Amino acid sequence: MSNIANAFRNGKAFIGFLTGGDPSVEKSEEFIYEMLRAGADLIEIGVPFSDPIAEGEVIQRANLRALGAGVNVDSLFELVARVRKKSGVPLVFLTYLNPVFHYGYEKFFAKCETVGLDGIIIPDLPFEESGEVRSVAAAHGVDLISLIAPTSEGRVIEIARRATGFLYVVSSMGVTGVRSEIKTDIASIVRLVKSVTDIPAAVGFGIGTPSQATEMAKLADGVIVGSAIVRIIEEHGENSGAYVYEYVKLMKDATSGGQ
Amino acid sequence: METGRYGQYGGQYIPETLMNEIINLENAYERYKNDPDFTGELNALLNEYAGRPSLLYYAEKMSAELGGAKIYLKREDLNHTGSHKINNVLGQALLAKRMGKTRLIAETGAGQHGVATATAAALLGMECEIFMGREDTERQSLNVYRMELLGAKVNAVTSGTMTLKDAVNETMREWTARTRDTHYLLGSVMGPHPFPMIVRDFQSVISREARAQILEREGKLPAAVIACVGGGSNAIGTFYHFIPDEGVRLIGCEAAGHGVDTPMHAATIAKGEVGIFHGMKSYFCQDEQGQIAPVYSISAGLDYPGIGPEHANLHDTGRAEYVPVTDEEAVAAFEFLAKTEGIICAIESAHAVAHARKIAPQMDKSDSIIICLSGRGDKDVAAIARYRGVEISE
Repeated sequence: MSNIANAFRNGKAFIGFLTGGDPSVEKSEEFIYEMLRAGADLIEIGVPFSDPIAEGEVIQRANLRALGAGVNVDSLFELVARVRKKSGVPLVFLTYLNPVFHYGYEKFFAKCETVGLDGIIIPDLPFEESGEVRSVAAAHGVDLISLIAPTSEGRVIEIARRATGFLYVVSSMGVTGVRSEIKTDIASIVRLVKSVTDIPAAVGFGIGTPSQATEMAKLADGVIVGSAIVRIIEEHGENSGAYVYEYVKLMKDATSGGQ
Repeated sequence: METGRYGQYGGQYIPETLMNEIINLENAYERYKNDPDFTGELNALLNEYAGRPSLLYYAEKMSAELGGAKIYLKREDLNHTGSHKINNVLGQALLAKRMGKTRLIAETGAGQHGVATATAAALLGMECEIFMGREDTERQSLNVYRMELLGAKVNAVTSGTMTLKDAVNETMREWTARTRDTHYLLGSVMGPHPFPMIVRDFQSVISREARAQILEREGKLPAAVIACVGGGSNAIGTFYHFIPDEGVRLIGCEAAGHGVDTPMHAATIAKGEVGIFHGMKSYFCQDEQGQIAPVYSISAGLDYPGIGPEHANLHDTGRAEYVPVTDEEAVAAFEFLAKTEGIICAIESAHAVAHARKIAPQMDKSDSIIICLSGRGDKDVAAIARYRGVEISE
């Protein structure tokens, strides 16, 4: 049984994202503890990449700050190992494929297993190309988390059938970043997912306000918030801890309100 | 070979949001590529609007000066809009129209692909938005205004290194936001399948013509075919119909900038490693962490950290060779061709001319070389003047 399932055990899950190493690996570690104290059920750590094509401007800038600070994959593995010693919370990486490919699939996923990383989200690895990564990840007990988009249509069932960990339902067209309105019919996508799998489905992209969190939590098993948290870190830098805590607390309560 | 793969290279490494759109594109292409209405309309435009077939010009003076193989220039610079880019643009724009799209978006480096796309959009009555790195909008400001004259909106991209790679990132981001009415008219043999195949097919008209033209002129195949390589669209177009002719050397010229032993180059085959980026598995200039490296070339059109997957495979199998050419060699070749033949070619194409200058003198006078002059050089005149320290006002 995947550790990721534990995130969805106590009602609707709140999933918080930050870019690892923005503004430093030490600060990322502190902000992760603040998110956990505020009730986050799963933490997504973004591995910075030079060319994050699925990200909006907020997370693009965070990637540049982290790379500028000299962060690399190994320093984020060490971060995961440290967090893992203090908490059993499900931890996943969000990374583009090239840094993983360059590290070597076998070496990368063996390292995930050693440090206690539970899953991985790779935005530029669609279902059709995922075979090799999927099997190496599975051999090391790491869940490859698939995405479903508003345009997936006939692909939803096929993706859901092979899903591990949780399913990341992309709420909107375009790149990451908060939006004033989410127009996609999330309910019918989730219904389709539920017709073939018991794997939880969480909604992400564009969610920034408590009312959006409540609304999305009513439709799915969890809510993913990234850009809004990264924006707080951009604004307050090293002193973001208290602000991250306050915001995540607010959003976790709002998510729980969507039972 | 697996669909969309060239040896181990190629594939479809893109966000899920774009997957159905890519599949739709592949289906549309398979449906129309042999449809007589489609090919008839495309050929009419290529011949009557773009000016095909392009000339295969015997550069007699240049050949005599180099004292070896006969040099032939495939004059893609004489196409409407001034480069080979129009071949692919007309094909994809017609395809997009049949798919019900009303809006074209595209990346551009030097601006040649952007100008060609804006041209097709104007001709076919489509909306057009071009993404161009801010550094390129500055070094190719004439092309920016040209695109605007043609009715396109030009977005200066300020992320990353503000060059071609970042323009591709931004166009992909725009496409994920809007696929319903929008086609991403990719300008090179790169990106996810089916783009490398579609662009190669539309550009292969270059070698289809050149092969027939040289046989008519020389009665035999050329000893070598040379083209510059950024993403590699004019090169694959120039190579394609010669690939089965094993005696014909296929040579791609990469931008070596200040030299492959400096960090200032864009020589992907010489210095890159296998990676996965921009939708494809291929060679990329990258660092030890798998971060895409900043690249440099005097030529905005070759200033790209990757290379099309079919080239990666042609390199691995040894069927084609890829050589680095520096800024200095390219500028010297640009000037040489202007003075010797009265042809001002694009600085991109000058990389191919530079390599021909190196190998032609060692070759037999009965042999011939075809160089693809992929574009004309009007856009580069100001930059060459700057390079030579000459002050001119445009």
